[in-house]
Amino acid sequence: MTKQKASTGASDKTVDIMIYIILGLIGLGVAYPLYFIIIASFSDPTMVNTGQVILLPKKTTFEGFALLFHHNDLWIGYRNTIIYALSGSGIGIIITMMVAYTLSIRDFKSGRFIMFFLMITLYFNGGLIPTYLWMKKINLTNTPFIMILLGSVSVFNIILARTFIRSSLSKELYEAAVIDGCTHFQYFFQIVLPLSKAIIAVLGLYYGVFHWNDYFRALIYLRDGELYPLQLFLRSILVEASADMELLDVEEVIKQQRLVELIKYGLIIVSSLPILMVYPFLQKYFVKGVMIGSVKG
Amino acid sequence: MEMTQAKPKPSVGSKLVKHLKKKYQLWLLALPAIVYFIIFHYIPMYGVQIAFKDFIAFKGILGSPWVGFKHFERFFTSYQFGRLITNTLGISFYQLAVGFPAPIILALLLNQTKNQKYKKFIQTLTYAPHFISVVVMVGIILLFLSPQSGIINHMIAWTGLERINFMAEPAYFKTIYVFTGVWQSAGWGAVIYLASLSSISPSLYEAARIDGANKWHLIRYIDMPSIMPTAVILLIMNVGRIMNVGFQKTYLMQNPLNLESSEIIATYIYKVGLLDAQYSYSAAIGLFNTIINIILLVTVNRISRKVTETSLW
Repeated sequence: MTKQKASTGASDKTVDIMIYIILGLIGLGVAYPLYFIIIASFSDPTMVNTGQVILLPKKTTFEGFALLFHHNDLWIGYRNTIIYALSGSGIGIIITMMVAYTLSIRDFKSGRFIMFFLMITLYFNGGLIPTYLWMKKINLTNTPFIMILLGSVSVFNIILARTFIRSSLSKELYEAAVIDGCTHFQYFFQIVLPLSKAIIAVLGLYYGVFHWNDYFRALIYLRDGELYPLQLFLRSILVEASADMELLDVEEVIKQQRLVELIKYGLIIVSSLPILMVYPFLQKYFVKGVMIGSVKG
Repeated sequence: MEMTQAKPKPSVGSKLVKHLKKKYQLWLLALPAIVYFIIFHYIPMYGVQIAFKDFIAFKGILGSPWVGFKHFERFFTSYQFGRLITNTLGISFYQLAVGFPAPIILALLLNQTKNQKYKKFIQTLTYAPHFISVVVMVGIILLFLSPQSGIINHMIAWTGLERINFMAEPAYFKTIYVFTGVWQSAGWGAVIYLASLSSISPSLYEAARIDGANKWHLIRYIDMPSIMPTAVILLIMNVGRIMNVGFQKTYLMQNPLNLESSEIIATYIYKVGLLDAQYSYSAAIGLFNTIINIILLVTVNRISRKVTETSLW
């Protein structure tokens, strides 16, 4: 190694400052679009569309949000998504924790076989059409159950939970419990579950986000508008730009278009806020859980 | 193991009974997952055979006649084949080249930040977009890139340049896809690298300091090697999914004007299979896709095991 002691001090400071600046720019780049959506949602759409809203909202109005509140489809979508997310995540967490416990037992030889059985599905699957035909055959298409069940247990999450249980509960604890005549059921329900709050929170977040944001299953398997989740509704307004005009109760086309523009930004906020708001509460668990899970997969 | 060993050679059946007696609770805890994966993953796998059959609904999967590689041949000789492969691989490699290093760079920068509050702030900020759904994400892209009212085009107009109808230009599709992906997921991807960086012992840095290393040296010779195993594993997994460009985002970003560069295997499977109800043909394309992925995964894993001694299995 060449000696560079003399230059160390100065160049370190330069590097430090550069890192601060680069990170600042990255942060700005990420934050501005989000910030823009917020100010645009409070501004008059004409101002937004003509490029006059840059740093602060112009001609502040809450009209967009007011309109959203009267939009029935939005609330149907909201309700459905909440139902799907709660029940889907609940089932996902239960199945995941149970099998993760089994897999965490090191001297359970068959565990390796079960792991292999699960891992195969990561790399090989039936694909869209065979899955679709099977779902149709067992009558899950166009029911809420398809949204709650299909794809709702993830092998990655099982591995994450298994790693967590292995690393956060000591072997000694397990052995002591076994000597005391504790069965696996007792150990799982009375010791593992209460000590796994962190990983349960992480699983809840992962499964919850998956259900909240999913539109793929709905697109493929749902026909009935009453069952549509939030995301399908969002697509019709944000992507296809075809809001159900009669619900808005306005006559002139220009005005209608203005309103569609108006509600778009508000809609992004209203639909994304819940998931963004849950996150900070789970963060302390989350960091712990992910760190432990990522140490060795 | 215990006294029951008195019997000289227990039959397979009695061994199984003994095993289940001792371990039935563990099996019961695993049972819901096993049943779940059989129903939602393994049975659909069995349906893959329709790729080699002419699926006829009333005859079912089993009753439909075998046709060999007919559907595969049709796909390989169709005019769509070249375009689909090019687009799928094009987006994927582009994404790998730009999207893979981005979280690594971000994590390295964050890790070298002394001010913990600043670090935490930037970190929290950069992974917020991860929680935005694909639909909303594409909605944002369309709003921002709109030729008449989008803010990007306003900015272009201010500089005196011509407005660009981004979503109607096939040439821009892949770039938009990849860079919005970086915006959405680099911060989240950095979390896992930060986790492995945080496990580096501080004494390693101190020792390097004494040897006269500057900050750049620390990043280059301590941080980067220490995240290599994680990076290699993630790289292998990414390569194993190279044919799986996200259906959801692509499908939402597609329009008839950019289709030329946005039609990928996944969207084609959906259109041919579900919209046109050509089940067997679509299943054949899906199977082809999966097989390419598996070949890639196995190959990359093997190369990696030889070169870097890191591998998935």
